[in-house]
Amino acid sequence: MSSDSEEDFVSFGTPLEPLEEGADEPLKKPVPLHEQTVKDEKGRYQRFHGAFTGGFSAGYFNTVGTKEGWAPSTFVSSRQQKAEKQQARPEDFMDDEDFGEHGIAPREITTSQEFWSSRRDEVREKARAVNAQNALIPGDTLLEELIAPARLSIGVELLKKMGWKEGQGVGPRVKRKARRQQADGGSRVYGCVLPPAGSEDSQNEDDNDDEEFAPDNVTFAPKDVTPVDFTPKVGVQGLGYRGLDPGLALLGRGGSEHIDLFRPKAETRGLFGDAGRGSRRGGVAGQAFGVGALEDDDEDVYHKDSMSRYDNVLGGEEPGDGLYGWTAPQQYTKKRDKNKDAAYLGKILEGFTLAQKAAEEKTIFPPPSLPRDYRPVHHFRPSLDVSVLSGVSPALAEALRVSTGHMVKEEPQQGGGGGGRHQMDSDQRRTLLGEDTLQGPSSVMELLRPEDRQRLLNLRSSSSKPATPVSHDALRLAGSSAVGGGASSGLQQEALAAWKGVQMSSQTFRPFEKNPSKQARYELYLTRLKQGDRDALEQSLDPAVTEWERSREREEFVRASILYRPTSSSLSSRFTRAKQEEDEDAVEVSRDQEGDVDDKQAAANMKMFGRLTRETFEWHPDKLLCKRFNVPDPHPGSGIVGLPKVKRDKFSVFNFLTATESRETSAPPKPSESGKKSRWDVSDQEKKKSDPLSELLSSARQQTDTKLEQTPVPALPASSSTSSSTSSIRAEVKTEEQTSSNKKKAEEEQQEEEQEEESRPPMDLFKAIFAGSSDEKSSSSSDGESDDEEDVKEDKAPNLFNITCNTSVTSSVTSTVTSTVTYSQQTVFSSQNSTRQEEEEFGPKLPPPSDKVRGGAASPGEESLRKRSKEKIHKKKNKHRKEKKKKKQKKHKHKAKEQKKKKEEEEEEESDSSEEDGVSTEELLKRLKSVRSHQTR
Amino acid sequence: MAFPQPRPQAPQLPQHLLRTVDCQQGAVRAVRFNADGNYLLSCGSDKSLKLWSVSRGTLLKTYSGHGYEVLDADGSYDNSQLCSCSSDKTVILWDVATGQVTRKLRGHAGKVNCVQFNEEATVILSGSIDGTVRCWDTRSRRFEPIQILDEARDGISSVKVAQHELLTGSVDGRVRRYDLRMGQLHVDFISSPITCVCFSQDGQCTLSSSLDSTVRLLDKSTGEMLGEYTGHKMKGYKLDCCLSSKDTHVLSCSEDGHVYCWDLVEGSLSLKLPVGKAVVQSLSFHPTETCLLTAMEGRVQVWGAEPEETEEDTMAS
Repeated sequence: MSSDSEEDFVSFGTPLEPLEEGADEPLKKPVPLHEQTVKDEKGRYQRFHGAFTGGFSAGYFNTVGTKEGWAPSTFVSSRQQKAEKQQARPEDFMDDEDFGEHGIAPREITTSQEFWSSRRDEVREKARAVNAQNALIPGDTLLEELIAPARLSIGVELLKKMGWKEGQGVGPRVKRKARRQQADGGSRVYGCVLPPAGSEDSQNEDDNDDEEFAPDNVTFAPKDVTPVDFTPKVGVQGLGYRGLDPGLALLGRGGSEHIDLFRPKAETRGLFGDAGRGSRRGGVAGQAFGVGALEDDDEDVYHKDSMSRYDNVLGGEEPGDGLYGWTAPQQYTKKRDKNKDAAYLGKILEGFTLAQKAAEEKTIFPPPSLPRDYRPVHHFRPSLDVSVLSGVSPALAEALRVSTGHMVKEEPQQGGGGGGRHQMDSDQRRTLLGEDTLQGPSSVMELLRPEDRQRLLNLRSSSSKPATPVSHDALRLAGSSAVGGGASSGLQQEALAAWKGVQMSSQTFRPFEKNPSKQARYELYLTRLKQGDRDALEQSLDPAVTEWERSREREEFVRASILYRPTSSSLSSRFTRAKQEEDEDAVEVSRDQEGDVDDKQAAANMKMFGRLTRETFEWHPDKLLCKRFNVPDPHPGSGIVGLPKVKRDKFSVFNFLTATESRETSAPPKPSESGKKSRWDVSDQEKKKSDPLSELLSSARQQTDTKLEQTPVPALPASSSTSSSTSSIRAEVKTEEQTSSNKKKAEEEQQEEEQEEESRPPMDLFKAIFAGSSDEKSSSSSDGESDDEEDVKEDKAPNLFNITCNTSVTSSVTSTVTSTVTYSQQTVFSSQNSTRQEEEEFGPKLPPPSDKVRGGAASPGEESLRKRSKEKIHKKKNKHRKEKKKKKQKKHKHKAKEQKKKKEEEEEEESDSSEEDGVSTEELLKRLKSVRSHQTR
Repeated sequence: MAFPQPRPQAPQLPQHLLRTVDCQQGAVRAVRFNADGNYLLSCGSDKSLKLWSVSRGTLLKTYSGHGYEVLDADGSYDNSQLCSCSSDKTVILWDVATGQVTRKLRGHAGKVNCVQFNEEATVILSGSIDGTVRCWDTRSRRFEPIQILDEARDGISSVKVAQHELLTGSVDGRVRRYDLRMGQLHVDFISSPITCVCFSQDGQCTLSSSLDSTVRLLDKSTGEMLGEYTGHKMKGYKLDCCLSSKDTHVLSCSEDGHVYCWDLVEGSLSLKLPVGKAVVQSLSFHPTETCLLTAMEGRVQVWGAEPEETEEDTMAS
């Protein structure tokens, strides 16, 4: 390299360092061949095989790195050091040679699976697919594509993230017009045939159209390039060889056509060559094959090629508008129906075109037209037809039909080949399943007495003649029932069937309790029914009354007996009792319930705090709580937390209304009270004593109530939503009131009743509801109370509290009276005022922040009054009461205890709800005022 | 001893205003002394709880974390922890020094009216408008209460703890005393809704104020009424009452802007302390000294037996 030449030539890149001539150091002696050794990077002699690959130098270097080599480890595990579970991998036994470049597990930086470009190269596959069209078996990549997992290489994913879509080209988006022109220009320059003028016009039109729908700011992705297959050519065929096309071969196509070597097959024919382009005689033909012996013309043997058969241009003309590449969807290459788009009046969303085919219209079938005389109530066909005529009770017949199917033969599905399992009876199914026979009688037939069974069998045999009553009994029955009317005769039979043979159950419903003689007749009727007496009804009726009354009573008896029939013993023998008690209808309630509030209220009003107002319960603190408080568990091992609970009937509302337990049924005397007597324990009745205030209140209320009773329609005007429920209940009460026979008596007793009870609703309400049950008791209690009042007055001297002895009790009582009166006055006012106030507040409110403070701080409104919360509670109670009502109507069980509870309950409610009531409270207030002024004077 | 020994000189009353602290936290819902009486806690309606020095009247720390106004607070015996309850139905256990929420206890169904540590600060008792008292364990990391006392039929307005006894006052008009050692629940019926309950210092009596404008002193063991204190006005608001540190006097807030102070034994009104025009919402008596805190609107006032600056006032009294 001379300096001259440097000037002459332009040099690229950095020149190599000039080789230093080995002037300084002498040339190394070439190592002779036998002395040449291979060493690894650590200077160790290189072995050509690792331990796993049959190395010859197994030992120190070759093993796991120790001189001794690999020794099997013993299993050691101690308490301090737990042996870890070792999972030996093959790599543990390999040395770095194995991991080396030529080892068995070479460790090198490789493209990870994710970045592996050869994983699935879309473009290459595409190219291969294109090429495969020309291959021996076209479309052979199809199978591969089916099998290969559809994963994308990272490059494709990145492109997709950037907004690229398959089928588009890569590059900046272009405006449509520019690209179009470019394409046009290209074709114009190189195309050998000029496009006809008409077509250009149409293209211009297209452009115009496109501009209409594609404004200037819309850009398009560049079109995809048709990939070129770079798979190396295998085989010995010549360049451009196109394999045998079965489509061509089978369907025959002229070889004289234009052969397009470079044009992908997908374009010329469908993807897999949908044949039928031209017609050709069959037979095998192709370049590779010569002319068979049977061929006529042999002029094509030596293929004469002409240049006109080839394209001069790579790529050729653009299909369609070039929006997509060669993968353009089929319909896209077709000309779009622009007229349709233009004709569409609505706004076409950007990027959408009108559908080619109209969506399939859903045919909506109109609902079937109802018949004119259709009524949306299903009437069950009375099943009396067979049984009434034949004298068998319908219930029995029904039971027969259900149990064995012996009875009824006329059912059409019975004869239908005996096919389905629903047509089999339980016996058949049981034998099929191989189960044991049920305990108890298998059929109702067996339960019958032999003569009855015989009668039934007779019936069955004669049931083909339906209209003839057979047996003597039935005849007689028909005669007797003719008296009572035909309709009730069936019911009579049913009642008889239900009650016959029933042992006397201790508790039965007593429907005619109001009328003892009627009830007695009814019971007589029942006992006769139980004896199986067929004439039970007629015999038990009262002969003294008129015929109309008798028929009426007859009907009532029959209905009642059917309604409250006992469960048949024969039926119950087929059921077994549950092994475990179901807890579903039991609910846990506190074992010790708080006693009467009224007593305590009275005591509190009298300021007789102490024994009367104190109650003590057993209470179980949590074990942890005891621990935290450093006290021993008072009930060790009890396992209960809180108040001890007992299970009660869930459906009894009274479980939840513990506050208003009645006097009689309230908890047994408290243990603390029963122990010793104090001066407070004068008598039990003393508790019931009412103070002057309550008397005053009740007298006032009585006046209002009597007034209200004169107004007939709603018992109390409903002033607000709160009392609407109350009024509805009262309306209900009214209706009951009318039905009750001894209403008058109730009204008489109301007077004295109200004097004793503080703030009670009109007593006739209770009378109406619980007619005749509580009369005696309440009157007696009123007597007791009047006596007790004097007792208390006498007792007052020792009542003085040992500390506050400055005021005499009598004066304190009157002072409380006045104070409470004013208090109630205020609460009445407040309840009226508070209707518009916030509802969320319970309990005593918090004082409002001052105006100054309120401005800045986020203080919530605390304006609701305590009264409000009370109202809420009462609402709840009212709800309870409603439930109770329903229950009562359903159950028709009159338990004296429950009645008491109800009564107590309602007393309180009524007093409360009447307070809420706008009009009544006002009136009450007036009364109160007048009375008070009277007293002060 | 059933009652404190009569003292040679008349017991002093906190009748001199020592200082007024403007808390800047909305209405002060409750004001409480800490265990030793050197600091006070003010519960603001702006969701914050503030710790103040009583002697200087300076703000020491603000604890914010409640979602609604803070209704009550208490400090642990060792001054390391605070607990507070709020209308947001939560009870929060605070670390005093850092001001961080140690634990946020959720479970009440309504706003929590009152909160109290037990003696060793191992249990927090919170009474809510939902009618339950919940006993929260501060030691474990359980978020469920140890026990729920759901005997009340209406909201709980006040809870107090003394040794092994819990005292709750409820709107259903009953004072309940849970005796852990005996495993008994004593219910005293006081017909009017209870606003506040207290144990006396000697632990023999309970004090309960109710909405019939009466404060009653009941014998703890029998439930008999030992004294009745009236004259103040407590008709609609949940106001506090308390006993003086030596059990000599009964104090109660009033809606007429005064604090009424009765002689415990005689039941006579011994002091009617004019606090302001609005409702005196909360008060707290110093555990040992004659010092009273009152909260009215956004201010906390500190009252002492003797004025700090001048001596004339003592002469006047």
